[in-house]
Amino acid sequence: MKHPVWTAVWIALAALAAWLVFAVWPDWLVDLIGAKRIFVTTILNGITLAGLYFLVASGFTLVFGLMRNVNLAHGSLYLFGGYVGLSVQMATGNWLLAVAAGFLTAAAAGALMQVLVFRRMEGDDLRQTLVTIGISIVAADLMLAAWGGNTYQFSIPAVLDGAVTTPLVSSVRSNGDEVMIKYPLYRLVVLAVALAIGVGLWLLLNKTRIGMMIRAGVDDRAMLSATGVNVHVIFAIVFAIGAGLAGLAGVVGGSALSIAPGEDIRYLLASLVVVIVGGMGSITGAAIGALLIGLAEQIGLAYFPTYAVVITFVIMVVVLAVRPQGIMGRAA
Amino acid sequence: MTAIDANPPRGQAVPDWLGQAHPATLLTAVFLLLYPAFASSFFTFQIGANALLMGTIALSLMMLAGYGGMVSFAQLTVAGIAGYCVAIFGTNGSGVMGLGWPWWITVPFSILVAAVCSALIGALAVRTAGIYMIMITLAIATAFFYFVRQNYEIFNGFNGFHGVAPPTLFGIYLRDPLPFYYLCLAVAAFFYFAVLYAARSTFGLSLQAIRDNPRRMQALGFHVAAHRIFAFFLAGLIAGTGGVLLVWFNGQISPGTVSVAGVVDVLVIAVVGGMRKPIGPFLGAVLFVLVKNFAIDLIGADRFNTIIGLTFLAVVLFSPDGLLGLWERFKAANVTASSRSILGRGGTG
Repeated sequence: MKHPVWTAVWIALAALAAWLVFAVWPDWLVDLIGAKRIFVTTILNGITLAGLYFLVASGFTLVFGLMRNVNLAHGSLYLFGGYVGLSVQMATGNWLLAVAAGFLTAAAAGALMQVLVFRRMEGDDLRQTLVTIGISIVAADLMLAAWGGNTYQFSIPAVLDGAVTTPLVSSVRSNGDEVMIKYPLYRLVVLAVALAIGVGLWLLLNKTRIGMMIRAGVDDRAMLSATGVNVHVIFAIVFAIGAGLAGLAGVVGGSALSIAPGEDIRYLLASLVVVIVGGMGSITGAAIGALLIGLAEQIGLAYFPTYAVVITFVIMVVVLAVRPQGIMGRAA
Repeated sequence: MTAIDANPPRGQAVPDWLGQAHPATLLTAVFLLLYPAFASSFFTFQIGANALLMGTIALSLMMLAGYGGMVSFAQLTVAGIAGYCVAIFGTNGSGVMGLGWPWWITVPFSILVAAVCSALIGALAVRTAGIYMIMITLAIATAFFYFVRQNYEIFNGFNGFHGVAPPTLFGIYLRDPLPFYYLCLAVAAFFYFAVLYAARSTFGLSLQAIRDNPRRMQALGFHVAAHRIFAFFLAGLIAGTGGVLLVWFNGQISPGTVSVAGVVDVLVIAVVGGMRKPIGPFLGAVLFVLVKNFAIDLIGADRFNTIIGLTFLAVVLFSPDGLLGLWERFKAANVTASSRSILGRGGTG
């Protein structure tokens, strides 16, 4: 144990969190911060929102990690995937097809962007940034033309719909019955999808040959190219995966929340902040960042609605002040 | 001695600074001063004044990006902070806040608040560079937008403030087209020359040196971060003043004013105009305002953003230095073309 004091602090905090979640709250605590049901739901909302943010931000950070491309059209890919999935669902009535369509079209759009735009301006950060901004302006306007300014919501398949009873007790009735907390099943599914994709990405990057190439490309692009690997193909694949994840998140997130113009900017901001906090190019960092930001946003929304955005921002400032490269980022 | 005699004073009729000015500068100055005489009040206010004040806000970005190598997305946010301060500390028609301070306290105070906020944003942003800085300032700008939209106690949330009017001075209402145009022109000209002057000052030169090689400047004993933060402060003064003009121009300020679309507009203006010289943002602003006002007649209001976006893409793809770069390439091509024809004639003859 390198830091006994800090370890003790973390253990104490974890114990406090566990107690807050599992124990039945005494009256003074309810008086202090409100009903336990609200608290637990807020925490669960935060964690499931974090799952969604992770889906979006992991693609963003993957693309950045390998190619040093800040793709400011990433939010547009999210919205595009969502809208395409919506059209597919309206046509076929199949939600899984919608998810697949969201992933594939966004992946195709991403690969196209990589081939047409980024390949032409390798190493020119500012121009790449500006071009992706231009693309996002045009894309937002064209999507507004195609799908209008309405707010849409997917119909979730019946299997995933409804609420489940969690094994968490919110309060005990006077007759001794325990009241359990109910939570929407779909949001837990989002979390499960995020976890599966997170683990999948980790396995892809750490256990496969292509992951080895990607990691080699992060460290030394020229050397990887010299070993006979077609770097362009690798880049296009990574960009497609990153963009596809955004499109997938568009359908998955659009089912949990909604799809409307302006969501592209919201998710771009979320990925920016998550990646700044978590550290650029790190999948683990994206997970930690998403968890911090998702929890902060939901806790803020439940307990101090006006300042919810400010909390997110304060987290960013604090992290930058202590570690400019982000929590899991490597020093430049 | 001969060097001095070679350039004898031309006489007192023409002052030195006027004699040194480029003819194009003088022509532009005369044109801008006489512009309202032949322009309708729509052109004076909606085109002229609007372009000048948007150009001023974009000038603050040009100064940071061109001389400091720091691309900040938060310049419209800084302008918005000044605009909100004017509405909050001065008077507004929304019935929220409006502390009623006299304008001659409100305006300088608002600009100062904006500049201090800009320096704070800078203090955060200069810890990183390049795309990281872009991302952080974009995150700050977006967070400010969501914050003012949610906060009803101070910023009056989604509705913002309306009925924010400039003062009446000596019986002249400053929001009338003519006075407002000249006010914008005076501010724009002041900051244009101030930036030109600052770029040649010791501070400006060291800022440019830091842009080119921060590590060497640090080794020479310069405080790199302090220079950059001070640049943010100065840019905040410019953007803040532009923001005061902006809130007077619109007569209101709301989260829509500082939305991400607006933030990107400022970047579009600066990039389309060119970020090498202070004139760039103003060129970009004129083009932007013209397109914004007349594209509606040509293609309908619906797809305006597509036009703006495609124009922006075309400029970024084909002329990284914007209109200025295009003009310089055109000049260079002309020079080489004429010199080539001279050489060609010499060869055949």
